[in-house]
Amino acid sequence: MLKIENLRASVDGREILKGLSLEIPAGEVHAIMGPNGSGKSTLSYILSGREGYEITGGSVTYDGKDLLAMLPEERAAAGVFLAFQYPVEIPGVPNATFLRTAVNAVRRGRGEKDLDAIQFMRAVKDKSKKLGITDEMMKRAVNVGFSGGEKKRNEILQMAMLEPKLAILDETDSGLDIDALRVVAEGVNMLRAPTRSMLVITHYQRLLQYIVPDRVHVLAHGLIRRSGGPELAHELEQTGYAEFAEGQAA
Amino acid sequence: MSTVTEVSPGWLTALREAGKAGFTGLPTQRQEAWKYTGLNKLKALTFEPTRDGAQVPAALADIGAIAAAHRLVFVNGRYAADRSSIGKLPDGVVLGCLADILNTQPALLETRLGKAMDTAHKPMAALNTAWIADGLVLIVPRGVAVAGNIEVVFAATGEAPVAHPRLMVALGDMAEATLIERHLGGAGGGFANQVAEIALGNGAQFRHYVLHVEPSASMAVETVLATIGRDAAYKAFALNAGGGLVRREVEVQLAQPGGFAQVDGAYLVDGDRHTDTTVLIDHQADHCASRQTQKGVIDNDGRAVYQGKILVRPNAQKTDGYQLSQTLLLSPQAEIDVKPELEIHADDVKCSHGATVGRLDADALFFLRARGIPEAEARALLIQGFIGGALDEIDRDDVREAFGLAAANWLAGRSAPKGDVS
Repeated sequence: MLKIENLRASVDGREILKGLSLEIPAGEVHAIMGPNGSGKSTLSYILSGREGYEITGGSVTYDGKDLLAMLPEERAAAGVFLAFQYPVEIPGVPNATFLRTAVNAVRRGRGEKDLDAIQFMRAVKDKSKKLGITDEMMKRAVNVGFSGGEKKRNEILQMAMLEPKLAILDETDSGLDIDALRVVAEGVNMLRAPTRSMLVITHYQRLLQYIVPDRVHVLAHGLIRRSGGPELAHELEQTGYAEFAEGQAA
Repeated sequence: MSTVTEVSPGWLTALREAGKAGFTGLPTQRQEAWKYTGLNKLKALTFEPTRDGAQVPAALADIGAIAAAHRLVFVNGRYAADRSSIGKLPDGVVLGCLADILNTQPALLETRLGKAMDTAHKPMAALNTAWIADGLVLIVPRGVAVAGNIEVVFAATGEAPVAHPRLMVALGDMAEATLIERHLGGAGGGFANQVAEIALGNGAQFRHYVLHVEPSASMAVETVLATIGRDAAYKAFALNAGGGLVRREVEVQLAQPGGFAQVDGAYLVDGDRHTDTTVLIDHQADHCASRQTQKGVIDNDGRAVYQGKILVRPNAQKTDGYQLSQTLLLSPQAEIDVKPELEIHADDVKCSHGATVGRLDADALFFLRARGIPEAEARALLIQGFIGGALDEIDRDDVREAFGLAAANWLAGRSAPKGDVS
């Protein structure tokens, strides 16, 4: 599904990713853990197509295509989804209007017909209910006045509606209390499917108790330093990231 | 100025002569109120109103149209009775065209017309007075509420017609009315120099909505002079989505305690259009409140001016004044000149103002694109969101909806951006 080979990337001339390689087969959930500043968010932004990163080497192949050559909207239509660490507020645009625009844009990109307002409301109803997103939240401007938990649930609703093949969750646990985390994790687990891969990026092991990954990778200083099964997450919880400090293991 | 053919009463002739004397030439940019708006394009005009060529267009554009109980249509500044329809009105309400009422009931106007405010330092208003002939009259007696919307439509035909429409609104104590102006202009451009004089009695409520959707060849200068009685409220919103030059000057006198003035607006400027909103809220009495919210989107080589002044006179204790300006610039050439001004001579008041100027939020744009929305559509959605926020100041659903359609029409048809800014 996703194959990253030797990826090197810089921001303002500073190299953040230094030859990162990672492969996620279809249907698997991989977690990337790592200390702050290790390049986790950079990786998620590069995969989703944000501007401002200079790719200096390597390749990213998604579903057999060169992912880095695609525009952000083309990636979304092809099934790439990024759940933002800091969901963006959009004043003046009702949540329902935004979500319907996104769903129809992605459907068009996939050669499918638009959903009309009634079809959309029907499609969104069950999913929003499971995530505790009220009609009132659908009418409000996107993320404006939402609590931290509401914003993250809103991200998962978007993911459920856009039905991606590769979901990247960037620190989705940040700022959530345990109840909010549980709701978000349940939402994510409902979307696990044999045709859907996920990349869960987190600093803490806590999230991985609820979203149990197939593989865990440690990203530090722009490289994957270790890979293992879910037990690696528990180990890191005990030892922390000290062994991956600059100048240590490589 | 002797070309007026109707037999005019002496007071009217005197009023016109006063206007003529007050117009000492076009204002220049050396005058503070006109600092950012030049009127060079008007220099070639004689200002004599167009008398012929007022063939009513076969169909009036329905952009921004609203369900109205009463509709008065003016073409080249003259009343078009066959296109107008005035519904049933409560007893005592006078609604009609100025030219007719000057002929039939001049006494109604003698004590009111030109009395709202001194136009000594307002040359364009004086020019309007010099040519006063037609326009709208609305007089509502004490305690009467006019149900339904009153819509007045201004259209133009022929090559560069000139008009000086006059709107005179007088609401008695506790009276209520809603007026919607829709300026359509015409393909041949032209110049409209309008004055609206508004007098609100104690406890009166007047809602005043203005929509400009003229072609870019049209130029409009309008002066609104409103005096607000005790505990009365004036609520205005103007959406400017057309016209090559639109200058709107609003002066509200809060003359009695407890008065309220809300002067809001939105301007959507593309091409090389120019718009100027100049507001003076004159707090003369205690316990009055005023609100100004102006939001604009400027693209291409467009330019907007917003000068908003809150004047608090020594007697105006407990004044509550508020002013906000927000502008979204979509091209590197787009320009906004914002001049907020507070002049406070009382010591127990609350006044605030704020102004922001920004570009489309890069994070929001990426977020939308990452959700599959193509860039052009994502930009449009963000602009639409900004405009939606501006129109939220309109507290009437039907007006907000109609103006929303006019804004959407602007958004769909605006000139292609010359620069790419995010």
